[in-house]
Amino acid sequence: MNTALEAVGINKRFGAVSAASNVNVSLGVNEVLGIIGANGAGKTTFLNIVTGYLKPDSGVIRYRGRNITALEPRKIARLGIHRSFQIPQIFPKLSVFDNILIALGIAGSGRNNGWRPLLTGDSGDAADAILVRYRISDYRDREAGLLPQGIRKLLDIAMAMVGSPNILLLDEPSSGVSADEKMLMMDTIMDVLGGSEVGVLFVEHDMEVVAHYAHRVVAFSDGKIVADGLPEEVLNDSEVRGLVIGNELRSELN
Amino acid sequence: MTHQNRTVWCLTIALILLVAVQPVLPGWAVNMIAMSLSNGLVVLGLMVIMRAGLVSFGHGLYFGLGGYGTALGAVFLGITDAFVLVLLGIIASTFVGFVLSFMIARYRGIFFALLNLAFSMLLFGILVNSIVLGSTDGFSVPVPSYFGYVPSSAETRVSFLLYGMICLLVYVSTLAVHRYLNSTMGYIGEAIRENEVRVDYLGASVKQAIMVKYIISAILAGMGGACTVLLIGHVTPEDTVYWTRSGEFVFVAILSGTGNVAAPFIGSAMFELVRTYALQYAPEVWQMLLGATLLLVIMFLPSGLWSLIRSHDRKREQT
Repeated sequence: MNTALEAVGINKRFGAVSAASNVNVSLGVNEVLGIIGANGAGKTTFLNIVTGYLKPDSGVIRYRGRNITALEPRKIARLGIHRSFQIPQIFPKLSVFDNILIALGIAGSGRNNGWRPLLTGDSGDAADAILVRYRISDYRDREAGLLPQGIRKLLDIAMAMVGSPNILLLDEPSSGVSADEKMLMMDTIMDVLGGSEVGVLFVEHDMEVVAHYAHRVVAFSDGKIVADGLPEEVLNDSEVRGLVIGNELRSELN
Repeated sequence: MTHQNRTVWCLTIALILLVAVQPVLPGWAVNMIAMSLSNGLVVLGLMVIMRAGLVSFGHGLYFGLGGYGTALGAVFLGITDAFVLVLLGIIASTFVGFVLSFMIARYRGIFFALLNLAFSMLLFGILVNSIVLGSTDGFSVPVPSYFGYVPSSAETRVSFLLYGMICLLVYVSTLAVHRYLNSTMGYIGEAIRENEVRVDYLGASVKQAIMVKYIISAILAGMGGACTVLLIGHVTPEDTVYWTRSGEFVFVAILSGTGNVAAPFIGSAMFELVRTYALQYAPEVWQMLLGATLLLVIMFLPSGLWSLIRSHDRKREQT
């Protein structure tokens, strides 16, 4: 499989805490990679390093062979790596439709046409089509900040996908979403992603979601990678179970 | 879409009306309209940055730079053409706005507001200590010419030419700002106000967007200052760059609301009216009346006077 994104020898310390020590992760062009680990294992730190929000102490991030380690988040976004957040990062006082419209406008403004009107017939149709695809068109004119967590998560992910990224990083897409809604929500996301050429790297606490959607799983513990392989291998690995999943889940998974 | 075009139509009709009624209006009304329009330009500039969630307590700086740029051009360079003089004022405010934007665009909230105030007080200090510029008394500006024609200076009402020029400048500015606010670049302001992290991760530069907005507001404030100085025929530090002046613009901006490019001019006219009548009928408590007006607007019309027009609009759409 072709490698789209590659992290080599990443190290990052916050004082005495090692958030990443010699982390090596690669992501294939169309791969869906799950990252698991206990709280504080360095999962979100890893996403922050990949998107340029944090600079690693050492190590290199390569995207399609290009070194992007020193770039700012917005430049990395422009190259085609977008992300969603554990706490949805949306425009809370604006309508759901306007949220998407602004994301569309920014995505299209790279070629110096930021001066064009934001709302045209075409952009309005495109925004509505996106709302339909993510099954949130019922909330079109509602104030985004007042909606349930699951809807805001979908909106956050829809905004991240608007720029047609080559790589999408999802930080705990199912957290804060009720148990009976989470699979439905993940199905919606994966349906949309399945239709586009995009490599997905998602951080997740819910092992059911990981087992169901990941092609490959990487397990973090204390800033180190303790396992990297197929979901059934990693999730059944005794070390991973001890460090990450917790033994009480053993019976549920078997 | 129709909504946007309607704004353009309304502005055009307003321009034609304002110019057409000038000859029949009494002098005080002409003067008041001209003054409201030129002060409204500054408020329009404030509206651009307020939409991005930024309030400046120091736009008297750009108002004053525009005014002094114009006045200095007339007195020390001997330029008489009104359009060139206004252009000089705009160049002065734009240049300083551009230079300061690199620093100011890093700050938000109270730091942004007070940093602007600090720079405006710096200019105030310089002007007050400049004997050659008349210190606190300022200096007079001769009546300008319009393409070679000089209106009689004996008249107490604003000349048709100056009035017409201000109307035209306001018309062009509102159309340009309207176009800008409806573009992606303009809407990024709302997005920045709401969530800078998301804007950044969508791939847009927050700092660059704020710089552009700041420079636009400096241009408009400078234009307003230049027009006001030509209207009054005199320039002093206290009437232009002093903090009370900056505060007045913020006052009118809150009174007006940020819903539409016409709002600052409606708010500005309202402010002039209340001030004129309050001064005339209640000279001891006129500031209290202004304060009460603002209080009422904040309590009952939190989106400013413009929300009166907006809610009327909605009712009509529903029926």
